Amino acid sequence: MGKIWIITRRELASFFDSLIAYVLIALFLLLSGIFTWLASTNVFFIGQATMQVFFSIAFWSLFFFIPAITMRMIAEENRAGTIELLTTKAVSDSQIVWGKFLACLILVAVALFATLPYYVTISQLGNIDDGAVIGGYIGLLLLSASYISIGLFASSITQNQIVAFLLALAVGILFQLIFDVLGNSVRGAIGETLSYLSMSVHFESISRGVVDSRDLVYFASIIVLGTLLSQMMLSKRNWQS
Amino acid sequence: MSIIVENLTKKYGEQKAVNDISFEIKTGEVVGFLGPNGAGKSTTMKIITCFMAPSSGDVRLDGSSIHSDPELIKKKMGYLPENNPLYLDMPIVDYLRFSAEVQGVEKSVIPSRIGEMIDKCGLDREKHKNINELSKGYRQRVGLAQAMIHDPEILILDEPTTGLDPNQIVEIRKLIKDIGKEKTVILSSHILSEVEATCDRILIINRGRIVADGTSDTLRSQSQGQELLKISIEADPEKVESAILALGTVEKVTGVEGKHGWFNVQSKPDMSSRKEIFDLCVKNKWYLMEMTGLETRLEDVFQKLTK
Repeated sequence: MGKIWIITRRELASFFDSLIAYVLIALFLLLSGIFTWLASTNVFFIGQATMQVFFSIAFWSLFFFIPAITMRMIAEENRAGTIELLTTKAVSDSQIVWGKFLACLILVAVALFATLPYYVTISQLGNIDDGAVIGGYIGLLLLSASYISIGLFASSITQNQIVAFLLALAVGILFQLIFDVLGNSVRGAIGETLSYLSMSVHFESISRGVVDSRDLVYFASIIVLGTLLSQMMLSKRNWQS
Repeated sequence: MSIIVENLTKKYGEQKAVNDISFEIKTGEVVGFLGPNGAGKSTTMKIITCFMAPSSGDVRLDGSSIHSDPELIKKKMGYLPENNPLYLDMPIVDYLRFSAEVQGVEKSVIPSRIGEMIDKCGLDREKHKNINELSKGYRQRVGLAQAMIHDPEILILDEPTTGLDPNQIVEIRKLIKDIGKEKTVILSSHILSEVEATCDRILIINRGRIVADGTSDTLRSQSQGQELLKISIEADPEKVESAILALGTVEKVTGVEGKHGWFNVQSKPDMSSRKEIFDLCVKNKWYLMEMTGLETRLEDVFQKLTK
């Protein structure tokens, strides 16, 4: 854990020393703020003290923002050659991947934390379902963790940040939208499997405040699979051709 | 603390970048890997530093192997890769702290280690800058500092002076020599004078194999074998030439082109003609103006071995 945290701290410092962190947090707040408070479907229009509007906006904005955070994590080290310096120090490949994963997750968590005033404000307006709010935030964190792990994998197979970004979006859109659409249009076991793979189904059930083991297993599998694949790509230099 | 490299082979597809290399490096030696570009120097270093696994063979250090205890080995090594990749967006001090932490240096000694490295590598004036604001020479110093921050027993430097100007090269070499007094150092280069100036021992690598191993002197004498003298005698050149050729120790005499009274004299194997030539001059009352032993240059050895 010590080594993971050292990697995480360096990545976080790099987020906050460059403008990446501030730009992303500001954009995220701007987008979710506009849709929650100002756009035509805002909370006042719905007339209920609920954060569902914010959660459904964040569901999509995080989907786009996370690849922008993860794209440089490993790709840039591959390009600059610093990966050679990092992997020849006394850390393992899995510590490197988990360190970077944690740094991205903390950045997202900071952005989400910055939306707490929304909750405070809305809870003043009427009776808010606290369980649903907590569930929603947990759902967003799990969703983010899943996309971070997909993004890290995309970043680990290339030296080019743009390729990493687009690839992460391409893989992400499957979970975000395509499995859902296909699952609704195909009948039988295949349709059910596709629906199970859809991110929105699990996110919605958690953000209703119901934490089901099926959902947790789903998110955990994506996270573990993504980080394992990134580790594998990182260890590729050891493979024999 | 000797490094033992055993039958190391690394294949890239069909091509063998490193082909069955074995050697041992003892504590405190400064060893130079010399070879043309693409000879396998960097690949060998990448394997020793646990960056990549070999196709077969092993590297052992103090009983630990790169296959079973890479973390342990990595901790004992400092590595400066080719082209010196660094996190350019980091301030020097932060980067050194990060390197120290990752290498497991104890928290309480990290500040003093950083101070020591900044002194040793001459970074004092620049220490508050970001790495991307530094010139190439200073980046190289940061590269050396991060490699040494955890006080490793072995330093591995891949082409540490490429791209530096002559003054910087001299400074970095001096630094490496100083470090070599306390530590085992392996460096690679394709510049002969550099290896000769800094290393106790030279391994010449060509096409993935070690083709020569020894000090610069032994390498020279191995390839040379016979004594070569350049002499200048003030007398009738034809008489001199035939008289020298008549000496029992001399194999060949040739006049130096364009220089009156100068000769190159090659002795027979394992023989010296210096005294004989002197005596000859005394006997004939010739004036011996000059007599110099010609050494084979390391360049010649290198070219002969790596052609």
